[in-house]
Amino acid sequence: MKLKKIFALGLSLALCAALVAGCGNDTAGDTTTPTPGATDTDTPATTQPTEEPAEEISGTVNTDGSTSMADVMAAFQESFGNMYPDVTVNYSGTGSGSGITNALAGTVDIGLSSRALTDEEKAEGAVENIVALDGVAIVVNPENIVTDLTIEDIAKIYTGEISNWSELGGADAPIAVIGRDAASGTRGAFEEIVGVEDACKYTNEYESTGEVIGSVAGNPNAIGYASLSAVDESVVAVMVNGVAPSEATVADGTYEIQRPFVMVTKEGAELSPAAQAFLEWAMSADAADEVEAAGCVSPNA
Amino acid sequence: MLMNERSLRGSPADPAQKAPRRKGKAGVRPLESVMQMIFFLCGFIAIAFVLVITIYLIISGLPAIREIGLVEFLFGQEWASTAKEPKFGILPMILTSVYGTAGAIVIGVPIGFLMAVFLSKVAPRRMANLIRPVVDLLAGIPSIVYGLVGLMVLVPLIRETFNTAAGESLLAAIVVLAIMILPSIISVSETALNAVPKEYEEASLALGATDIETYFRVSAPAAKSGIAAAVVLGVGRAIGEAMAIMMVAGNVANMPDLLSSVRFLTTGIAVELAYSSGLQRQALFSIGLVLFLFIMCINVILNVFLKRDKED
Repeated sequence: MKLKKIFALGLSLALCAALVAGCGNDTAGDTTTPTPGATDTDTPATTQPTEEPAEEISGTVNTDGSTSMADVMAAFQESFGNMYPDVTVNYSGTGSGSGITNALAGTVDIGLSSRALTDEEKAEGAVENIVALDGVAIVVNPENIVTDLTIEDIAKIYTGEISNWSELGGADAPIAVIGRDAASGTRGAFEEIVGVEDACKYTNEYESTGEVIGSVAGNPNAIGYASLSAVDESVVAVMVNGVAPSEATVADGTYEIQRPFVMVTKEGAELSPAAQAFLEWAMSADAADEVEAAGCVSPNA
Repeated sequence: MLMNERSLRGSPADPAQKAPRRKGKAGVRPLESVMQMIFFLCGFIAIAFVLVITIYLIISGLPAIREIGLVEFLFGQEWASTAKEPKFGILPMILTSVYGTAGAIVIGVPIGFLMAVFLSKVAPRRMANLIRPVVDLLAGIPSIVYGLVGLMVLVPLIRETFNTAAGESLLAAIVVLAIMILPSIISVSETALNAVPKEYEEASLALGATDIETYFRVSAPAAKSGIAAAVVLGVGRAIGEAMAIMMVAGNVANMPDLLSSVRFLTTGIAVELAYSSGLQRQALFSIGLVLFLFIMCINVILNVFLKRDKED
């Protein structure tokens, strides 16, 4: 009995030792891998001493609007905060509509909208500053022989009008329509651009883009949508109206399933120095890295 | 749930009776009262958490129900929380949770019960001692691992067998849940079977009954309230599970059908919470309240069984 206990103790000690050794290697690997990322975030920091003393900007920038822009705004907040430590950028996700309204009413410095402004909104004095383009890729399983769809095809698939791949020249198999949960910004963008709002008949819904990709990768019948940046080699992004999705085709506008991320200001209204600096920086090529880090394409790169 | 399970395995001995009484030494007294305070505080914290969670759920769950209307909320057949005209009917989720749990019980209980009989009565002691830790290990596997295995193995299997578009379905969720509730059913039923007095079985055997007859006609009826408690415990675990079934159920709020994608009460909250806002978010809390009431009921039923067990 005693011998058994000693043996068990020795075994668990050995396991712990192995674990520690394994972790040691891991941390060594970890410290080496993020270096490219670290240098990315360092670049603004290195420019900091040259810019900061000259401008001496401080204050608060209040932004409000699109929930889809949360990732972009988080990246902006971090990098801009590094450059201008005295400036606080606040972001609250209330939806594109209320972002535009608030920008026009002057209750926030900058409104955020994940769609292009309408002519009425522009007539009321809203100014459209496009900081990023968000492409939504339509993905299928690599086994699928259908690789080119029109927007009408996609709309019909998602509303259930087309329910078999053979109708599109593919194999005789039912289509599994994969999408995101109702609160997702990607789903909102996709349904709006394709024109299938509230009309989609999903087979499966997932809570994250990663799960959508995983589901499509594991099911030869599946079709799904995901942010362009999230697409990896486990799935195939189909051509839409003959155009393959890529950063280049999103930037030049030929790939159609995309939407702009807009910072809305009011015409004639003067921005605070901090808000002005933030907007100028967000519109400049300097912010392109942050835009890409958030999974979007920068129109200003 | 965990506390119930523990008390099932034999009520812990009253510490006051066992601890030797300390006499004399006036210096012990202050320490004694300090410790008493600490015990009281810890006990109070546990109760406070339950109270806070209950009150919080009621406060945050009621407004949406009031706005949507109780009947509309509980019996509405459509859930479209972000549509232009949002609909907040959770009947599909309630029915899915009920069917899913019932399905898991139908599959899990017979297997679990027979396994318990095997471990308690049939298996040679050595083999039982080898299997028991494995069952305990099954209880310790994180639910996401069950989900992952279900997603990689079960879902493609269902898709290919039934030639459906996707294998994520109520059936997949039921199978995963059935496996997940096995360990608690096995261990609680086994404890109940072990507690049956040996004389009962010896009498039965002496009267000429075979081993199998004895197990099913004598041992099982004698342990029935413990076994019933095991079933209720399984129900509790199945109805509260979210992570594993989120991966295999497909998460579309359809009315339940064995081969279609379904959304449980738990996954209904988990899938939408992250980006939700306004009435939608409040409605998710209301789902939480409904789920909470379900689980409270199950706990009450469990306690009834336990009480009866004690009276026996």
